[in-house]
Amino acid sequence: MSASEYQAVMGRRNAIMKSAVGLDYSNYESGSLAFDYEGLMAATGLSMQDVLAVMQDYGVGNTPLLELKNITALARKYAGPGRGARILVKDEACNPSGSFKARRAALSVHIAKRLGYKGVITATSGNYGAAVASCCAKAGLACIVVQECYDARGIGQPEIVEKARKCEALGAEVVQLSVGPELFYVFLRLLEDTGYFNASLYTPYAIQGVESLGHELATQCQGLYGQAPAAVIATNAGGGNLTGTARGMRKAGCDAPLIAASVDLSGLHMASDSQFNRKSFTTGHTGFGMPFTTWPDRSDVPRSAARPLRYLSRYVTVTQGEVFYMTEMLAVLEGMERGPAGNTSLAAAFAIAQELPWEALLVVQETEYTGAGKHQNAQLDFARRQGIDILTGCPKDQVPGRTIILPEHPGQLGVKDLDLARLRRSLISRALEGAKHPPEALDLAFLAEETGADAAFVAETIQQLQEEQHETT
Amino acid sequence: MAKQGDWVQVRSVILQPQERAPNLPSDTQQVPLVQWVKGWLQSDADLGQPARVRTLTGREVAGTLVGEAPGYTHSFGGHIRQLQEARMGIRQALWGKDEQP
Repeated sequence: MSASEYQAVMGRRNAIMKSAVGLDYSNYESGSLAFDYEGLMAATGLSMQDVLAVMQDYGVGNTPLLELKNITALARKYAGPGRGARILVKDEACNPSGSFKARRAALSVHIAKRLGYKGVITATSGNYGAAVASCCAKAGLACIVVQECYDARGIGQPEIVEKARKCEALGAEVVQLSVGPELFYVFLRLLEDTGYFNASLYTPYAIQGVESLGHELATQCQGLYGQAPAAVIATNAGGGNLTGTARGMRKAGCDAPLIAASVDLSGLHMASDSQFNRKSFTTGHTGFGMPFTTWPDRSDVPRSAARPLRYLSRYVTVTQGEVFYMTEMLAVLEGMERGPAGNTSLAAAFAIAQELPWEALLVVQETEYTGAGKHQNAQLDFARRQGIDILTGCPKDQVPGRTIILPEHPGQLGVKDLDLARLRRSLISRALEGAKHPPEALDLAFLAEETGADAAFVAETIQQLQEEQHETT
Repeated sequence: MAKQGDWVQVRSVILQPQERAPNLPSDTQQVPLVQWVKGWLQSDADLGQPARVRTLTGREVAGTLVGEAPGYTHSFGGHIRQLQEARMGIRQALWGKDEQP
């Protein structure tokens, strides 16, 4: 290996991706900062009916929508009069690989098979690896999962070690790496060497797969309760879960607001080797959620199909201790062992339900399987051995990487709202940085869509940014 | 000694510290990017010695032999008092103290 080889491989990234995804992203570029997002999404050529048929074929989806009656009853004890929405959860752990990621994988693997690829590669330390491995097993394709797993001491994050086991159990080859963004370089070399399909989490296929989840939950709410949800909460990391769910709901005629929820890991650097094993969540946290929300195109494809700021109406954070506590609550009040990372949205739902009227439906749109390494008991035991203090008290007093604080009682569960205007401004600022010339009308309309804001907000923000730039130069 | 055809794990350095990407946190910049891969050993080797494996997808990967018959040791961990207390507290918060044994 040499530095020049590293640069050479990185320089070929667009060509490698083009042949590994089966899509020419340049067809959707305008030449300016705007691109044709809906055109890219339509490039799959698949209708919702087609997507549902693929899910059926892979045994994915049709997961139950369960009413968490005991958790709802408990939330109502802390809510004001007439408050405390019914909390429903989509039990996505029922998918063959144990999470909603099966939906993302099914469509990608279906396309890979149809296009004649012999195998599939994916770069993920999360449930998605198992999902791709599972679908490849069914499709008879080879599968390689590349994961960031160990720190420089060779100590593996137990959740990621478990994901490796699951991928191997499903017949996949697992390539494990120490901490660092150059995982992408290893990934590109593997794509080039094998000629396999890149089952990126961020292609139109992956996101359209998740649309089936939104479509299902909207249809189930109507069928079971005769009403639309008051809101849907999604755990947010790379943004695909929220984007796909929102798009699928809209296609089913449901325009309920989407709320994003992430675990607050502020202060921890995602590329830091020494901080890698001081996190008790490997996904669903702000370390992915914030950067991917404000700049989706940092992903492993030229244009990400996951663009959460277009769809979210609110973005909240919860703490590691709160999610662990909520995971215990799901077990001892509803008899369901799931998560923990997938219960980030459930922890937020406990607090948000208290804001909504009694008769409203609040949908938590996923659960995930649990197991050795993943389980909150495994994570807290590991955290304790890394020198992190496990405490009971006020969960919001936590310092990520130093303390994890479980609530003393359910009334301490709460959410912290992020400032959406700030996130929108950050996206616009980043988009302007990459622009080849001043934004035109097309770009302004694109940025309004990108941020879920109106044209006036975009124009005002651009003016502010230009004034600030003028002052500093 | 591991024999040819044994299922083993090899470790290799992908990028030395000086070859790593710019803009990394300083702690990451100071250590190499390391890879671990499992496969069938291509010829007899001792732990800590150079070795070559054929992976599940048929790729040949070279490295240092670091594991023979690598398995899994991750678990559910030891007892966590705070989780036990949380379980008790949650049940009591809904059902009341009298409902507890």
